[in-house]
Amino acid sequence: MGILSSSVSVTRYKVKSNLEKPVLEKVYNGLTQNAIQEIDDNHLEKIVGWTSFENPYIPDFEGSSFVIGPYLVFSMRLDRKSIPPKVIQKHYAIEMARQLEKSGRKYLSRNEKKSIKDHVIDVLSLRIPATPNIYDLIWNMEESWLWFFSNLKAANEELETLFSKSFRLSLVRLFPYTTADLMSGLSDADRDLLLQLSPTKFTE
Amino acid sequence: MLDVAVSYNQYKFLGYEFLTWLWFVMENQQEILKESDKELVSLDIGNCIVLENNKNDSTESITIKGDKAGLEEGILSLQKGAVVTELNLIYKAGNNEWRFNIKGESLNISSLKTPETGPVETKEDIEGILLEKVFLYEKIFVLMNNLYKHFISLRVTNRWEKDVVPSIRKWIAS
Repeated sequence: MGILSSSVSVTRYKVKSNLEKPVLEKVYNGLTQNAIQEIDDNHLEKIVGWTSFENPYIPDFEGSSFVIGPYLVFSMRLDRKSIPPKVIQKHYAIEMARQLEKSGRKYLSRNEKKSIKDHVIDVLSLRIPATPNIYDLIWNMEESWLWFFSNLKAANEELETLFSKSFRLSLVRLFPYTTADLMSGLSDADRDLLLQLSPTKFTE
Repeated sequence: MLDVAVSYNQYKFLGYEFLTWLWFVMENQQEILKESDKELVSLDIGNCIVLENNKNDSTESITIKGDKAGLEEGILSLQKGAVVTELNLIYKAGNNEWRFNIKGESLNISSLKTPETGPVETKEDIEGILLEKVFLYEKIFVLMNNLYKHFISLRVTNRWEKDVVPSIRKWIAS
């Protein structure tokens, strides 16, 4: 789901601490060193990396193209190969029959079966292209916030890991406790009280 | 600060209480809404309310859907001890309208529809439209932040138990 879609879902983050100067160079390095790689020609089943907002299929971060107004705008791409279970089942059965005939035996050991299955998945992975999923984000460095355009748990977890690896900064997801703690201007005494709160009963 | 996973689960009740309080404010204390956004014309419940009732170690979820989502059924659920876990809201400012869902446990915003922006016809249009979109999204985030800030400032003081909770109880019972 993209920033410009007619309907969006957004998870908000607070970015902890700041990048060292020169900031744009640090961002550029983080993006290019962790840009998405194609996996269509290898055995990998899944890969995650950064890509450009305007051209997510050909990542290009040259000329500070990720800077729009006061914001940094780029995308996370998560490519995954999903082989339908029935296709695996078919090729597994064919390969099993071939191995039994070749060995002249009636049964294969558990290890042999596992190795055949792994081999089948490996071979199919080379033939099936990865499906790309693109998630846009906006980062306001001055105000230390980031909006990620997805509420999917798995996508958010991938973002948190990739962001920390790329920029050595942590993202704090803004949910009820963290919003109260970090964004509500509470005093230290109030934050202590916040920790002691328990649910209210609205009926007597 | 507490561990993220622990604090998410331990304090998600704050999100449920916030949405329950917000419904009460929309019905009874419009001035709080105006304080949170000077340009606000209205903030109303849209086409969905989700409530949850935890009793006897089991959780009952009640979803009310449809335009002008059945407020009476919602109030009835509150009377039985439920809290609001998700709301669809319609925000109006000037002649413009925004629609979105907000979830109590995460405060995540989903299905956010802003007023229409111009069409993207050339590559050069993208930057302008994007900045306009950010401005429109920010209206909702700032509104929700201000309202949540107001809620939390009440929640950590004794005004919550002394004034707010009795007023909400009275509204639920009425």
